[in-house]
Amino acid sequence: MSVTEYISIAIGAILINNFIFSQFLGCCPFLGCSSKVETASGMGLAVVFVMGLASAICYVVNEFILVPLGLAFLKTLAFILVIAALVQFVEMFLKKAVPSLYSALGIYLPLITTNCAVLGVVLLNVQNGYDFLGSVIYGITGGVGFLLAIVLFASVRERIRYAEYPECFEGFPICLVSAGLVALAFMGFSGMKIF
Amino acid sequence: MSILYAVLVLGALGALFGALLAFAGKIFHVEVDPKQAAVRECLAGANCGGCGYPGCDGYAAAVAKGEAPCNKCVASGPEAAARIAEIMGVAAGDTEKMVAFVPCSGCTGVAEPRFNYTGPEDCRAAMLFGGKSSKLCTFACIGMGNCAKACKFDAMHVVNGVAEVDRSKCVGCGACVDACPKDIVKLIPEKQKIMVGCRNQDKGGQVMKICQVGCIGCMKCQRECPADAIHVENNVASIDPEKCIQCGTCAAVCPRKIIRKLEP
Repeated sequence: MSVTEYISIAIGAILINNFIFSQFLGCCPFLGCSSKVETASGMGLAVVFVMGLASAICYVVNEFILVPLGLAFLKTLAFILVIAALVQFVEMFLKKAVPSLYSALGIYLPLITTNCAVLGVVLLNVQNGYDFLGSVIYGITGGVGFLLAIVLFASVRERIRYAEYPECFEGFPICLVSAGLVALAFMGFSGMKIF
Repeated sequence: MSILYAVLVLGALGALFGALLAFAGKIFHVEVDPKQAAVRECLAGANCGGCGYPGCDGYAAAVAKGEAPCNKCVASGPEAAARIAEIMGVAAGDTEKMVAFVPCSGCTGVAEPRFNYTGPEDCRAAMLFGGKSSKLCTFACIGMGNCAKACKFDAMHVVNGVAEVDRSKCVGCGACVDACPKDIVKLIPEKQKIMVGCRNQDKGGQVMKICQVGCIGCMKCQRECPADAIHVENNVASIDPEKCIQCGTCAAVCPRKIIRKLEP
């Protein structure tokens, strides 16, 4: 794959095919972890880290274990296994190395295990036929797209606190309405062609 | 053959990841402060949040770090505070046991209703229909039991349209105080046995029209009090627990019988 292709993968994953706003993957942590910019960026960074690592390891597992043995149909199962082990590992690592981030992420770190964006990215890697470097780039930039989306949305939510809206919209309703509006803004990127 | 491969491959992957995680668990093991576990043992474990920390574990961690005083847990009481102090090797400090109190006596048939409310069983819902209350008295307890639902200790019950506190069960965590949308429920020291069961700040004549038991601000209690502990402010009597000597004179002279004295 050429350099231009890698760049188009990267920009596509961040803006055009943003995991949250145009593929609607990973909406649970997006809504649950976006009340403060600080926790949102922590969550986003954790997702970048896990998605990048998962893409690399899953590429190896798929290419050198599953495909040669004709077990490609097992990829979803095998990938979930890899992601679960990886998240466990990241959790242990953060607990030891960055306890403040660990306590800030709280329940959402284990939830990355079931974050469909992570499983989505590794399955899309196989579907799109990316090579090793392409997979890793797609994983990391997909995570960056998630980070961008969640941080943007967390800042919007921080402002909503001072806005006046009908009382019946209090809490999640207003949050979902504004999520829709932010997603609409991202719709502007769709259909854009790179190179 | 393919099934055999599938089982073997997934089994091998699982075993490999398991071994790696076990290994990583050893390397990245984090020592938990044994004090924290010991402090956690002393706490009530209701996760009521009365201490201001996120649950009992959060409070135990803060105590173990020396960031929180030992006597913040109202739910487990002074004995637990003493035990925690022993673990931490510091003096406990006195905790005054507090209990919740609802200063309203306007039960069904006594306080005039504003309208016949048949909506959801929720005080906030009943407040939406004008006047901020389903009773004519805007200060009254609505009696839909938001406080009772918030209570984790089964100490709060709505009796006859007004919330009542079971002092034997109340631990003074303050969950009901936060839950009350009208800010009626308050915490008072447990030793305080005499309470004014009204908070209506309307003038006496107005109170007479809307409630059979509301405080009319007649000042009788204030005049008779031997300890200068009860005062009528904003047309309603209030007791200063610091000065009150629990004699019960005010309860005896109150013409509306809303000053309640608990038998010891």
